[in-house]
Amino acid sequence: MMDEVIRIENLSYAYPDGQPALSGIDLAVSRGESVALIGPNGAGKSTLLLHLNGILHTDGRVRVFGQPVGEENLKEVRRRIGLVFQNPDDQLFSATVFDDVAFGPINLGYSGEDVRRAVADALEMVGMSGYGTRSSHHLSLGEKKRSAIATILSMSPEVIVLDEPTSNLDPRGKWRLIQLLKKLPATRIIATHDLELVAELCGRVIVLDEPTSNLDPRGSGG
Amino acid sequence: MKHSFLDKYSDRDSLVHRLDPRTKLVAVFLFILAVALTSPAMWPGFAVYFVIIAALVLLSHVPVRYVLKRSLVIIPFVVLIAVFIPFFKEGEVAGSYNIWLWQVSVTHNGLQVFWNVLAKAWLSILALVTLTATTKITDLLRGLEQLRLPRVMVMILSFMYRYIFVLTDEVMRMKQARDSRNFGSGRRLWQIKTVGSMTGTLFIRSYERGERVYAAMLARGYDGQTRTPDGPGFRAADMVFGLGFGAAVVLTCIFSFLYQVI
Repeated sequence: MMDEVIRIENLSYAYPDGQPALSGIDLAVSRGESVALIGPNGAGKSTLLLHLNGILHTDGRVRVFGQPVGEENLKEVRRRIGLVFQNPDDQLFSATVFDDVAFGPINLGYSGEDVRRAVADALEMVGMSGYGTRSSHHLSLGEKKRSAIATILSMSPEVIVLDEPTSNLDPRGKWRLIQLLKKLPATRIIATHDLELVAELCGRVIVLDEPTSNLDPRGSGG
Repeated sequence: MKHSFLDKYSDRDSLVHRLDPRTKLVAVFLFILAVALTSPAMWPGFAVYFVIIAALVLLSHVPVRYVLKRSLVIIPFVVLIAVFIPFFKEGEVAGSYNIWLWQVSVTHNGLQVFWNVLAKAWLSILALVTLTATTKITDLLRGLEQLRLPRVMVMILSFMYRYIFVLTDEVMRMKQARDSRNFGSGRRLWQIKTVGSMTGTLFIRSYERGERVYAAMLARGYDGQTRTPDGPGFRAADMVFGLGFGAAVVLTCIFSFLYQVI
């Protein structure tokens, strides 16, 4: 059996108003894979992603690095699985880019010196060195998206989960982001509508359709 | 959409800009306290305060016009609150008017208090405008935090600074969408209803954004405790400025007090 980082078995979820969002999802992702998650709006892609690091409760149906996600290992899970939200204005909530990129490492209890190094490395990786003191409101969308990725990279995650990383970007910004994602040394799970990105980056595609069905030929872990 | 910075001119360089934010925060607090404690009758004292703050503005290379314009914002509020004082304060009558059935009289004492409220408010706001014009908001927040303001308060301020423009953008987009559909031609009541539901929508959107931001915080290991890395240090210039400014302000306050007592 391959080194499995994520295993989901029979996961269902309904919105608070009772409308089903996910039903009977099975999915397994191995280390080093690059998986695309595609499907129409409202198919539950973002909802599925929120289960991967325990933001939505999973009742043990999601196993990460062999362990069911639960209260006791949330911190560990969230360090190892970095989740980048779709809208950078949600992801970047601090007054400066530095503060945002430093937020994760600080929560993990790094020392001041380590925080600064982690932030510098993460900004370097996304080509945003020197932007630390800037206010994120005054960045372009491309810069915001790259900063949002840096906020995850600063925690050195083993799995990077992205929700529509290229939405609303112009073609040049998009390709720049794709090149950036290609370089990242981590397992990638990307929810997207962008098939160019899928062709360029992903070795495997999961189609998530209406909540009643899903299609993953390798869902049983093969 | 681009908006002007709240802390315009804060990226310039001057003696005042280079001070530690903590020094400036404490100085401004001390200044406002001294101004508030000075007796209304002591005009020379207020003149000295004004000279102190004017000297700082000149030192800071921030355009004087900008500081004055910003400082006037407070005046309508203060006038609204203080305008009744001359009529209610008891003392020697300066003037008496008949307005229909009422006889209204203005007292010297009341007028003095009125002008004094205005002067104190204006001096305080001048100090605050100078502070924000010479300090980046982020430095200010860090300074507040180092001065042991509760972290929750600092976070609230920081969120406010981060999202005020995002919300403004949201309102402007909603306004554009509304106006593109010929808003303004219908009946008055209908218009008010539209504005009302827009406000409601804005609240709901802000609430939902709050949830998403919180999720983004959780995803990065937030557990309800806020932590910060250590910031830069306190320099000799801060010491000199702090002592000099503090002495000037405190002495003015004490002298005005003594003068009045004697």
